[in-house]
Amino acid sequence: MKVSYFPGCTLKNKAKDLDLYALRSAEALGVTLEEIENWQCCGGVFTTAEDEVATKLSSVRALKYASDRSQPLVTVCSACHNVIKQTNYAMQNNKAFADKVNRYMAEDGGYNGEAEVYHYLEMLRDLVGFDTLKEKVANSLKGKKIAAYYGCLLLRPGKAMGMDDPENPTIMEDFIRALGADAVIWAKRNECCGGYISVESPETAKKNSNAVIRNAKAAGAEMIITACPLCKYNLEKSGADIPVVYITEILAEALGVKEDTNA
Amino acid sequence: MQRVGVFVCWCGSNIAGTVDVHAVAEALKNEPGVVFSTDYQYMCSQAGQDMIKAAVKEHNLTGIVVCSCSPRMHEATFRKTAAAAGLNPYMVEIANIREQCSWVHKDILTGTEKAIILGKAAVAKVNLNAPLTPGESPVTKRALVIGGGIAGIQTALDIADAGFEVDIVEKKPTIGGKMAQLDKTFPTLDCAACILTPKMVDVAQNEKIRIFSYSEVTDVKGFVGNFDVTIKKNARFVKEDICTGCGACVEKCPMKKIPNEFNLGMDNRTAIYIPFAQAVPKVATIDPNACNMLKKGKCGICAKVCTAGAIDYTQKDEYIEEKYGAIVVATGFNPISMDKFDEFAYSQSKDVITSLEFERLTNAAGPSAGKLLRPSDGKHPHTIVFVQCVGSRCEACAEKGKEYCSKICCMYTAKHAMLTRDKYPDTEVYVFYIDVRTPGKNFDEFYRRAVEEYGVKYIKGMVGKVTPEGDKLKVQASDLLSNKQLHIDADLVVLAAAIEPDKSARPLATMLTASMDTNDFFTEAHPKLRPVESPTAGVFLSGACQGPKDIPETVSQAGAAASKVIGLLAKDKLTGNPCVASSNELMCNGCSSCANVCPYGAITYADKEFRMPDRTTRIRRVAEVNPAVCQGCGACTVACPSGAMDLKGFANLQIMAEVDAICK
Repeated sequence: MKVSYFPGCTLKNKAKDLDLYALRSAEALGVTLEEIENWQCCGGVFTTAEDEVATKLSSVRALKYASDRSQPLVTVCSACHNVIKQTNYAMQNNKAFADKVNRYMAEDGGYNGEAEVYHYLEMLRDLVGFDTLKEKVANSLKGKKIAAYYGCLLLRPGKAMGMDDPENPTIMEDFIRALGADAVIWAKRNECCGGYISVESPETAKKNSNAVIRNAKAAGAEMIITACPLCKYNLEKSGADIPVVYITEILAEALGVKEDTNA
Repeated sequence: MQRVGVFVCWCGSNIAGTVDVHAVAEALKNEPGVVFSTDYQYMCSQAGQDMIKAAVKEHNLTGIVVCSCSPRMHEATFRKTAAAAGLNPYMVEIANIREQCSWVHKDILTGTEKAIILGKAAVAKVNLNAPLTPGESPVTKRALVIGGGIAGIQTALDIADAGFEVDIVEKKPTIGGKMAQLDKTFPTLDCAACILTPKMVDVAQNEKIRIFSYSEVTDVKGFVGNFDVTIKKNARFVKEDICTGCGACVEKCPMKKIPNEFNLGMDNRTAIYIPFAQAVPKVATIDPNACNMLKKGKCGICAKVCTAGAIDYTQKDEYIEEKYGAIVVATGFNPISMDKFDEFAYSQSKDVITSLEFERLTNAAGPSAGKLLRPSDGKHPHTIVFVQCVGSRCEACAEKGKEYCSKICCMYTAKHAMLTRDKYPDTEVYVFYIDVRTPGKNFDEFYRRAVEEYGVKYIKGMVGKVTPEGDKLKVQASDLLSNKQLHIDADLVVLAAAIEPDKSARPLATMLTASMDTNDFFTEAHPKLRPVESPTAGVFLSGACQGPKDIPETVSQAGAAASKVIGLLAKDKLTGNPCVASSNELMCNGCSSCANVCPYGAITYADKEFRMPDRTTRIRRVAEVNPAVCQGCGACTVACPSGAMDLKGFANLQIMAEVDAICK
């Protein structure tokens, strides 16, 4: 299976691991991630101002690229996914916005929300299947107590993201179980780490992140996994004393492809 | 040819506001058969009815068309008027120009045009009407009450008090329902058991009442006055008539770790059990999923210790057929599951409980003998947070909660908060609410007392998150009135879960052909004027199966339902609906299409002798309709390929005439 892949800026800089293991694991599962040519930064934040079009055009171009190839568009980074998915939702449901966007899309041809956007986790659940994943696990993570940290961007707003119930998600827990590990259920798994406020008020971010780490540990977690580079940054910056790992890294580990055999 | 009179009603401004009623009356004057046409402000008023009667006499009318509201509203009224004027009541036709016209149109021109068309259709139909005479059917003078909670108990007692026999079918091993699980009742704070258990004993001792506990209704046939009901008595593996309820078996049963439903799983019971001390009937029941003897054939201790010899491991489910004249549904409610509300950490912490669990915790017969202790560590909680509307008024999240207000939560939460502050003044109590809704006699005073006398901290706003950490529950909430975020370290969080109809209600409604709303609450025949009757004749509604209700309201509705049942059972004969199907034997070829679609089983077949044109005789199979069972739904008339089946009062010819009049 071939899919269009939007890595995003962070995955080419701070979060190279997230990208590398995503590619390797997907290959092991029979999915080729075809990186979109000339992709541009998603903008990092989905502006809620409806008349703000410019920052959303890069997302629309990525969506258009995938839909022209009749491929699903797969993302990994929570922030990119949030921006692209919300943009697609707006293109599908807000005609005034779509019309405005299409005025800038003349050279690329029009776009009206035809593409399907999958987060890497959704790809595993809906395109690969957690059962298939389970069968392909080479190094089971049995006995490991892992806390799934969704953060805030992956699930919300629930209607636009359509991934899982924002208050009672199960997708990442199912993923953890598919890898053979134990999923810890904890309250702060879908709470914010502080996000970009770490730039302006590192103290506030630290307070939030600490609360997240404390709660995960109290629930018995030995490791926190996340899909979001910013979550990982904030949790580690706040002095997390348990490992904070990307979802793709433990996936690669479980699939036995963490060390590149071709290198 | 009929002599038809047309009467156009203004319904105040309800119709006249969007329909030019004079123009309608004028236009219909020219229709075939119409000899008189007029309009009036309120046709259903005494003056309006007198006007109809006078016109019948003056113009020798043989048929009447009333252009007014829905026939569901006033068809019966105008039929009575016609009868009083000496006409057959079935010579009246209603053109619904209110619900189907004036209320849905804004423009007077289109409204008037449509009203005229609807009037023409009614005139075309009444021209083909024939006088109909209803048949009569006998009444079985016994009632069935489905559900043995306070609603069912009160209904049964009231019906029995009037001298009629009543059977109660209860699916649990004992009657008593939710009220038996409650601790105190608002607004008077008397103990629920103290006022309920005497009623339960009354039921048990009443000669007119039989209790089928641990039983369910599996089939209902027949119609008002003549229901045939199948009751399944589940095997309880204990002979009910021999068991004395001594409890020796319960004491000796080795399977002691079965979650106790009565205490909502907060403690354990044995495999053979009596739900609670005042259970009625007070007999033991063996849980077949937990009993070693029934599962593996090993044990048999209860049979050994039972001096009465009541244990019977070979007991089978028993099916009983009974006849009833009336059926009362009292299937009650349940709190919704908290599975989808994990933001409150219900699945993560034992110290996040529902309000019904709180009732058991504070009940002297509950798992902690009435001491308010945390389920996790048995410590006394010093800070308690009550969260109201968990799953109620949940518009944005209809897939996990309910859109409606559960109605009882504001009052019971005020009660819980007040009782906690009364018994344990060292406890801080917070109540988070969207609105406090306390209408009802002495209800608002009760809530005010909780705030003013007992110092309960009411905060307008919702709890967003409960995070268990260590032995605390970190509650994050918003205070909307001071626009602040609150963080409270609580020891116990109590969720006022929304209530929903019992799961057994939906299949039961299908059996009874009784209608339900989208939330599975039973629908009443009229929301204001017939609140305790189902639209299905002979089926009555009592308690929370019809909508969320507290105890006083449930008891009043139970009494009202009982009085309706008594009114029905007091009759010796019931007048039927003459608008039933009938088959033209000469055209019927006995194909069974009609019987296959009949939802009431009203159609049978008979072999009949027919004389043929060549003077020979032939025996043919033809359909026969039992007019007492037929409800006049008309499904058979549509299914009949040869056009032999027709509905009196709604004949194919009449319907076609209406269609023609509309399309003309």
